[in-house]
Amino acid sequence: MHWTNRTFGPSVGLVAVLTAPSRAVPRKRASSVGLKLVMAASGLLLVLFLFAHMAGNLKIFVGAASFDHYAHWLRDIGTPLLPRTWYLWLQRVGLTAAVVAHIASAAVLARRARAARPVRYAHRPKVQGSYAARTMRWGGVIILLFVVFHVLDLTTGTLNPVGDAQHPHANVVADFAPSRWYVTLFYTLAIVAVGFHLRHGIFSALRTFGQQSPRGEHRARAIALVLSVVLVVGYLSVPFAVLSGLVS
Amino acid sequence: MDITLRVWRQAGPTERGRMVTYLVEDISPDASFLEMLDVLNERLILEGDEPIAFDHDCREGICGMCGMMINGVAHGPERATTTCQLHMRHFKDGDTIEVEPWRAAAFPVVRDLVVDRSAFDRIIQAGGYITAPTGAAPDAHATPVPKADADAAFEAATCIGCGACVAACPNGSAMLFTAAKVGHLGLLPQGQPERDSRVSGMVAAHDEAGFGGCTNTGECTTVCPKGIPLTLIGRLNSDYRKSRTGRGR
Amino acid sequence: MKLWNEGDPIADKAAPDGPIETRWERRQFGAKLVNPANRRKLTVIVVGTGLAGGSAAATLAEAGYKVRSYCYQDSPRRAHSIAAQGGINAAKNYRNDGDSVYRLFYDTVKGGDFRARESNVYRLAQVSVNIIDQCVAQGVPFAREYGGLLDNRSFGGTQVSRTFYARGQTGQQLLLGAYQAMERQIAAGNIEMHARHEMLELVVVDGRARGVVVRDLVTGEITTDFADAVVLASGGYGNVFFLSTNAKGCNVTATWRAHRKGALFANPCYTQIHPTCIPESGTHQSKLTLMSESLRNDGRVWVPKRAGDDRKPADIAEDERDYYLERIYPSFGNLVPRDIASRAAKNVCDEGRGVGPGGLGVYLDFADAITRLGRPAVEAKYGNLFEMYQRITGEDPYVTPMRIYPAVHYTMGGLWVDYDLQSTIPGLFVIGEANFSDHGANRLGASALMQGLADGYFVLPNTINDYLAAGPYPAVAADDPAVVSARASVEDRISALLAVDGDRTVDSFHRELGHIMWEYCGMDRTEQGLTKAISLIRALREEFWTRVKVPGTGEQLNQNLERAGRVADFFELAELMCVDALHRTESCGGHFRAESQTPDGEALRHDDAFSYVAAWEFTGTGEPPVLHKEALGFEYVHPTQRSYK
Ligand SMILES: Cc1cc2nc3c(=O)[nH]c(=O)nc-3n(C[C@H](O)[C@H](O)[C@H](O)COP(=O)(O)OP(=O)(O)OC[C@H]3O[C@@H](n4cnc5c(N)ncnc54)[C@H](O)[C@@H]3O)c2cc1C
Ligand code: HEM
Ligand code: HEM
Ligand code: SF4
Ligand code: F3S
Ligand code: FES
Repeated sequence: MHWTNRTFGPSVGLVAVLTAPSRAVPRKRASSVGLKLVMAASGLLLVLFLFAHMAGNLKIFVGAASFDHYAHWLRDIGTPLLPRTWYLWLQRVGLTAAVVAHIASAAVLARRARAARPVRYAHRPKVQGSYAARTMRWGGVIILLFVVFHVLDLTTGTLNPVGDAQHPHANVVADFAPSRWYVTLFYTLAIVAVGFHLRHGIFSALRTFGQQSPRGEHRARAIALVLSVVLVVGYLSVPFAVLSGLVS
Repeated sequence: MDITLRVWRQAGPTERGRMVTYLVEDISPDASFLEMLDVLNERLILEGDEPIAFDHDCREGICGMCGMMINGVAHGPERATTTCQLHMRHFKDGDTIEVEPWRAAAFPVVRDLVVDRSAFDRIIQAGGYITAPTGAAPDAHATPVPKADADAAFEAATCIGCGACVAACPNGSAMLFTAAKVGHLGLLPQGQPERDSRVSGMVAAHDEAGFGGCTNTGECTTVCPKGIPLTLIGRLNSDYRKSRTGRGR
Repeated sequence: MKLWNEGDPIADKAAPDGPIETRWERRQFGAKLVNPANRRKLTVIVVGTGLAGGSAAATLAEAGYKVRSYCYQDSPRRAHSIAAQGGINAAKNYRNDGDSVYRLFYDTVKGGDFRARESNVYRLAQVSVNIIDQCVAQGVPFAREYGGLLDNRSFGGTQVSRTFYARGQTGQQLLLGAYQAMERQIAAGNIEMHARHEMLELVVVDGRARGVVVRDLVTGEITTDFADAVVLASGGYGNVFFLSTNAKGCNVTATWRAHRKGALFANPCYTQIHPTCIPESGTHQSKLTLMSESLRNDGRVWVPKRAGDDRKPADIAEDERDYYLERIYPSFGNLVPRDIASRAAKNVCDEGRGVGPGGLGVYLDFADAITRLGRPAVEAKYGNLFEMYQRITGEDPYVTPMRIYPAVHYTMGGLWVDYDLQSTIPGLFVIGEANFSDHGANRLGASALMQGLADGYFVLPNTINDYLAAGPYPAVAADDPAVVSARASVEDRISALLAVDGDRTVDSFHRELGHIMWEYCGMDRTEQGLTKAISLIRALREEFWTRVKVPGTGEQLNQNLERAGRVADFFELAELMCVDALHRTESCGGHFRAESQTPDGEALRHDDAFSYVAAWEFTGTGEPPVLHKEALGFEYVHPTQRSYK
């Protein structure tokens, strides 16, 4: 399993270190704990982005100008040190690397998990673990599909009725118009999926990084829950504000 | 009490298996689950059938030999209980009970409910020990161990190697078992010199054996008859990371 | 009909004499050494991976020998030693309470009712100290105090605190230490481990033990394995009683097969019956569970005064109860030694005053302790035991008194070995519970673990050198007549068992044999009972070979076939146990002959006539065995009659 050799991005060194087969027992498999560490690191990077992005989105409540200005400011970060939009592209490359690393490690682990239980149980009641924990993989796929749609919608504008890159506020308002209820519905679904993904994901990432006290476990679960709820509420507030006419 | 049993029967590792239904009558609620199977087996033998093969030895919850999925739960419905410690009084008269072997690629079925758990031994071989040649030991009081550490190490060391954690884990992961040993030895001063090589060796052997990775689902600890805590997996992760990046030590 | 013949006396030629303190040192110095380069050319087979076998295999492999290990479980970690709860003795004197090697030696000889060898016991006490060091270095998580130092408790009625423990799981932790050391050597290629393999025959070539015949329990394949020496560490034979505290698989097969090949079997009748076990609950019962002896520190044992009183315990008024241990043994009360407590329980049950199903039980009541100490204190001390009891019986011991009854627990007898732990077959060494060596007629609590590890870590790895120094022994040819016949006998026996195809199950025979043994060769033995038992056993053995039904084939995992072979050997052993019990017309330790008691019903030893080890020679199934006596001398601890009144 040498997918790590083919990955690129800033974390490549870390990825290699964490997943390299053990020195003590040289084997051909990338280490499962290493893969988890990669997933957790990339996942947390994505969480950071989600918070920043949410903060940006919430500017919509300040006003259309402020929101549009934010979009422009995004492209100006780093100037004059960096040419315009370079920061944005750096961020995009970073995010893409993180997503690729995240999904690739998730895929390897998912495949191994399937191979680890070739014969299923005839009788298996609902597992005891939380719903969130059980839906990580499907939740992830839904999020991925959403992001593709979302980028085509609001970044490139391809799927957006307005599609004016200079005026994201208009794009957003057009998006969540009551007549396009299905778009709002899809956003809602996706955001709830993100919420579930992170409710287990953030806890899981902290555990993967080594959280190991019983008290800390409660704290980690609480942090995960609070952050996920904040994200879901923060994100959902935008479409519903548009829908209800609060923002127009 | 009368029970309907649906049991996985499989003649050998390469044979096809299937669930077979048996009616077991007049079982005492004081009988253990394994004794109930004994009673059924006695009858099967006299009827000319082959009895159901299942592993067991101590029958008091310490050897880790027994274990089966009972109604889809490893070691059955009671918490912190091995199959041999489960008593029929926890079922109702007339219940239907489904019994299957542990299912994991790393635990191939040998026959009926018996599986091959030698993968666990291979994980231990990869570092689950402290190198202490016989006769070279310093006096036992030479290194005091804080009581809290000794107790925590003991807690981790109570793992009986039954495999229920693997059976229950949706990923077929043996991380709880591995973490228990890494935790036991890593918590003691005697275990420090080999701490890095132990964790990376054992994780490699774990993966090599065909167990899945852990995604912190927590099913394992729920069925673990010894209540090995999930936090030990966090400890293993942390040890593993430090063994790779060298940070902190 | 003559039941036995007496042969020549036998002596322990390996034992050094002179001052007891230096005997072991002098023996070690006297033994030849094997140079490291030669060790690689020498192979040792170790049967058993319990504390004795596991520690021996790891140590021999570390020393450079090639080791091949066998156990019947699926992993060496599951050997029956794992079940030991209480602890392990060692003369560390960390408490400064007057303990010493000499005191442990003294207590053990006395506890064994003066039927053990002084030299062996002294060595055991000396080595005990190293065991703890070794185990701590391996990471055994013994209980510790707040200062970080090891904790000790007093155990089994001794007056010093010399027992090291790891909560109620001492055996497990010690075994995992030995198992881990073994796994390290397996990884290093020095031990070849064969789990799920059962030894079914010993191969003796030119008078030396040279190998074993084993059956792969998964495939049924029969193979032979040869080595320069064979070590048996196959545990005890308490399962001859069917119901015992031993694991279901414990068996006598390995040692019995060696006995049939010429190794003498010593003191087979010495069995230890443990007073605090959970009583039988019905005919489905498959084994008995031990409750820690420590319960007797705070629980009070009683039965109703009136026979046949089947009221609930709560309805029986204080003055209608008989706290019989406190009544008969006012100074020791509930803390009398195991054999005395067991016999007293049997007596009151025989009088019809037993409680619970079948009247086989006595109460162990914590009501007083709960009033005196408060429930939380009782919970802190015994919580896990109470929980275990409740799990098994469904009753809450905080409310209803526990019911307990004695059960077979440990067997002091075993293959006869000399000071070097070598049996009467050269090259065959026997360690742990499988030998007879160190406990005499009774074993002290927490001393079996000590002996197993002493044998495996420290004694055998030294004494076996002396034997191996003369090796490598000539290679054994696969077509050697001794090999061919050993193999054939295994195959024939398996076919014979499968061929009977009768109408009774193996377990039904085992259960019946157990009843006979418990009734006539259990806690209280008489000439009449033992003679009767012998004829019952013979008849049952005949019936077994004509009516047993073993389903399936020999070429598969066949648990009934495994059991059938073990039960067949138990039949032969059972007879020898009765013969041994019959010939020893004294009471000592775990052996109580009703004919030999003091006027007030206590065990009465006859040192003049019976101060010897009874080592039995096999002469054929159903043939009278030959008794060889090894005289016991006591230079240091002089025999006295025990009294606990
Ligand atoms: C419930 C219980 C509690 C106890 N508590 C204590 C205590 O607190 N303190 C104490 O000192 N002692 C205690 N004892 C006694 C003590 O545990 C045993 O005497 C001791 O562990 C025996 O160790 P061993 O290595 O000789 O044999 P075992 O541990 O019995 O090992 C036997 C080994 O031989 C193998 N074997 C057997 N037959 C064959 C065969 N035919 N072919 C291949 N392999 C075979 C088995 O697989 C196993 O590996 C207790 C015993 C019981 C039953
Ligand atoms: C209702 C909630 C959301 C709104 C209103 C929203 C709005 C926007 C807008 C306006 C942009 C374009 C920014 C620009 O290019 O200037 C954008 C980009 C983006 N959004 Fe969202 N978004 C929402 C939810 C999400 C969610 C849940 C995710 C991830 C799971 C996400 C991921 C992204 C990504 C990856 C980009 C592209 C960033 C880039 O160009 O580098 N968004 N979003
Ligand atoms: C795009 C598709 C995605 C897929 C297929 C995916 C898949 C997964 C999977 C399978 C896990 C492991 C499940 C577990 O640990 O139980 C996981 C964990 C995680 N994911 Fe995602 N995910 C995706 C997107 C995201 C996004 C967008 C974020 C953050 C914004 C994210 C954050 C996390 C975090 C923090 C974890 C925890 C890591 C750990 O377990 O240690 N994921 N993901
Ligand atoms: S961790 Fe628990 S479930 Fe897993 S092997 Fe150990 S005792 Fe069994
Ligand atoms: S259930 Fe499996 S996913 Fe991890 S936490 Fe336990 S090993
Ligand atoms: S049989 Fe030993 S744990 Fe169940």
